[in-house]
Amino acid sequence: MTDTTELVKLSAVQMAEKLRAKEITSRDLVSAQLDVIDAAEPSIKAFLTVSGEAALEQADAFDNLSDSEKAELPELAGVPIAIKDMIVTKGIQTTAASRILEGWIPPYDATVIEKLKAAHMPLLGKTNLDEFAQGSSTEHSAYQNTSNPWDVERVPGGSGGGSAAAVSSFEAPLALGTDTGGSIRQPGALTGTVGVKPTYGGVSRFGAIAMASSLDQIGPVTRTVLDSALLQEIIGGHDKRDSTSIPEGPRPMVAAAREGQRRDLKGLKVGLVKELNGEGFQPGVEARFHEAVDMLTAMGAEVVEVSCPNFKYSLGAYYIIMPSEVSSNLARYDGMRYGLRVMPPEDVAQTAANMMAYTREAGFGDEVKRRIILGTYALSAGYYDAWYGSAQKVRTLIINDFKKAFEQADVLVSPTSPTTAFKFGEKMDDPLAMYMNDIATIPANLAGVPAMSIPAGLSDDGLPVGFQFIAPQQRDEVMYKPAAALEAALEESWGAPIWSSLKTPWLDGLNK
Amino acid sequence: MAEQLMKYSEAVKKFDPVIGLETHVELSTNTKLFCPAPISFGAEPNTELTPVSLGLPGSLPVINEAAVDYAIKLGLALHCQINEWSQFSRKNYFYPDMPRDYQISQYDKPTNGEGYLDVELEDGTVFRVPIERAHIEDDAGKNTHVGGADGRIEGADHSLVDYNRAGVPLIEIVTKPIEGAGDRAPEIAGAYMRAIRDIVRALNISHARMEQGNMRADVNVSLRRDPSDPFGTRSETKNVNSFRGIERTIQYEIRRQAAILDKGGEILQETRHWDEASQATAGGRVKSDADDYRYFPDPDLVMLHITPEHVDEIRKQMPEMPRERRNRLKGEWNFSDIEMRDVVNADALDLIEETVKLGATPAGAKKWWLGELSREANAKGVALEELDITPQAVADVERLIADGKLNDKLAKQTVAFVLKGEGTPEQIVEAHGFKVVSDNGALQAAVQEALDANPDVVEKLKGGNMKPMGAIIGAVMRATKGQADAKAVTKIVMEKIKG
Repeated sequence: MTDTTELVKLSAVQMAEKLRAKEITSRDLVSAQLDVIDAAEPSIKAFLTVSGEAALEQADAFDNLSDSEKAELPELAGVPIAIKDMIVTKGIQTTAASRILEGWIPPYDATVIEKLKAAHMPLLGKTNLDEFAQGSSTEHSAYQNTSNPWDVERVPGGSGGGSAAAVSSFEAPLALGTDTGGSIRQPGALTGTVGVKPTYGGVSRFGAIAMASSLDQIGPVTRTVLDSALLQEIIGGHDKRDSTSIPEGPRPMVAAAREGQRRDLKGLKVGLVKELNGEGFQPGVEARFHEAVDMLTAMGAEVVEVSCPNFKYSLGAYYIIMPSEVSSNLARYDGMRYGLRVMPPEDVAQTAANMMAYTREAGFGDEVKRRIILGTYALSAGYYDAWYGSAQKVRTLIINDFKKAFEQADVLVSPTSPTTAFKFGEKMDDPLAMYMNDIATIPANLAGVPAMSIPAGLSDDGLPVGFQFIAPQQRDEVMYKPAAALEAALEESWGAPIWSSLKTPWLDGLNK
Repeated sequence: MAEQLMKYSEAVKKFDPVIGLETHVELSTNTKLFCPAPISFGAEPNTELTPVSLGLPGSLPVINEAAVDYAIKLGLALHCQINEWSQFSRKNYFYPDMPRDYQISQYDKPTNGEGYLDVELEDGTVFRVPIERAHIEDDAGKNTHVGGADGRIEGADHSLVDYNRAGVPLIEIVTKPIEGAGDRAPEIAGAYMRAIRDIVRALNISHARMEQGNMRADVNVSLRRDPSDPFGTRSETKNVNSFRGIERTIQYEIRRQAAILDKGGEILQETRHWDEASQATAGGRVKSDADDYRYFPDPDLVMLHITPEHVDEIRKQMPEMPRERRNRLKGEWNFSDIEMRDVVNADALDLIEETVKLGATPAGAKKWWLGELSREANAKGVALEELDITPQAVADVERLIADGKLNDKLAKQTVAFVLKGEGTPEQIVEAHGFKVVSDNGALQAAVQEALDANPDVVEKLKGGNMKPMGAIIGAVMRATKGQADAKAVTKIVMEKIKG
């Protein structure tokens, strides 16, 4: 049997190959991951819940299948996965990292969870996030801070910091995230992992706890581009339980990623978005970005600059639309049916309305309250047209910007995040500085187009930098090809994957 | 406590009432509006649920297409503009019976836009009620307050919530302000509500039972001095759930508001409720512009696209509307306006139509359903259609009479036995040995006997006075134990007198 540390550093595809070659079992994989989780959690704190026993049972169920049954399953069958605690899992506590849902055991599975179970992929547990996915550092979790495996003094990004840190620290080969304004891609950039936000409607939202329904998408968090493609093909496709789901099957992303690995990009037009780099971007981030663009050119791609003049309004529009939907989506957490209930003190009337008020006061954190208040205001009579109405118009302008840009280029590129990982507390007192993290990721959510972040190397501070690809709507495969090509070219230039330079003290002593 | 009221006749002389009705109709789809939870009346509390109807985190609504088709049918019946694109919006407010703390309704893009409904009043006048919209929305759950008086929330110890009703599809039909109704405002509102009830029943889209809450109305009333004045401040009486209640609410509000305005007072813009016990409306929550539902398009639901082709398809399946059907049947049956109104008021239209279809004459069918059987239903306090007799049985009795096998008296007895569950009319006739005496010899003898016993009557009959004929028939009936055929008796008497 392979050493634990060697095993957990494999990509999901490599793990699957070993399963098929019968060199290992799914139980071996799950056990190894659980060992790493045990060892890493004291310093990383990526998980809110570890569902080890259930994962082992799922592994055994896979191992007990006949070869012909296994042959029917997707390529990643038997490989374990971690789930952002924003996605509903039957029988496993689901909290959205909020006190208001503490102890809630869902009676049903999200569609993506049903698909993972059907694919016999064991669920390792639920990962940490900013409360209700609202934040860019995971510091807004009501339960714990998750550390960035590259520097435990720093944040892993957010809101999906838990999933990104789990994959980056080798606690899990794969994870699911949700991306509303960059919550998969920005943590990917900050932890040196791959994160994908599919086309809006490409993956069912049924069972994804809603933050901002018109922006939310579930997507893969992995260490390689090919692993993301395989995972997205498993979780994607039409779902009649989600009316915003696209009535078509997943795009041929795996084929595109495999083709990209051949590193031939002749005929591909790459659009460098003028508004998404330069001022406000850390020099080290800029440097890695431009080096990567040069590599795309070297592989035969033609690079053109494109302008999306309305992107400068995207942050403003986002911070109207998102909180408006949040204010409505989070109304249901009122103490009536599930989750936390706080009764008013004895000297206050014991009414349902007061119970709701005390429950929400105690159950929600500051950032969530801030957004509920913002959104309630933006939707108020007399303000609706000026705020929500105008923001929707901006959204149309941004969609048009993308349309024009995709007339000039097949795929667009930018740095994922303006900076590398920052220290705990650094931006907690300055919400606007925190919001700026998502400046480059938000336009894709507003327009519903697919986008992904892959590691582009380390900045001068030794921390990972993310490189973003954006593709046209319902053409997710278009970004997978250059992403896989760039990943391969970068790996060759470094002589090893980016994570080979990650120090992993938590793995020491695991190979007894 | 008691409010000042002006006499109704004086109130409508001094003021011009304007009314508006918002009618909620619960659709009778098998499942809820946004999830596959079943709908049935009287199920155990909190058993007809899915994650969606409970508003569990992560759950998403998906539109029930049957409910949309029901809405289109109603839109067509109300001559509404059927909008090709309509949209669901969220109406945000916190309430324990709202699983998501927002209702999914339609706001600026309803499925059914402007339309109208012609309603027929008692005297045959037709009044056109203008419709603003008829939109689709989902219902809330139901609160039960325990420990207080009359189940009211005031003074209650605790409350129970049943979410079975949460998510049941509703159509809300909103009228435009109804002007020009004058003193007939209550009558027009009542006729309008009955017309809606008849239409949704004809369309088979709702059980339309007001007592079960399948239909309820919010009643708006305002007064102004003169029809040329702008609208006055209105009161809104919520959730009135009987036809009488709606009529009385309007009457009461006209009288109450008139008394206030007459003294120079001001009407409070408020929601009120109709109290059946005191036959009065009572003040509720003061409405103000501060009520803000923060409507916005529901991002979980894509816009509804209803193609003109689909509307045409539904139009082709539309049944005849109640008013047209009444007019047609009136002509076919040769009934007078008054006869037809009696039939409609007795809820006997369907039963008579069915009975006629099975062979009875319209007059014969009407005689039974509006006579004996209406009296029986009244005595039992049940609806006509709930009696243990079918149109088939009534038609059979009529056929037996026409064939001369039953006379009126025996027919009544037969019907009485049918109602007791003794079987079909034929079986009863057989079992009880009912037989009209048509044996000519026996009847001839009985008639002769009666004539001999009543020479004074014979004289009168000979002189052309037919009034005492009844005495002879009565005597013959007594002699034959009721089994004689009255027509045959009359015929024999006439023959004997002329002879």
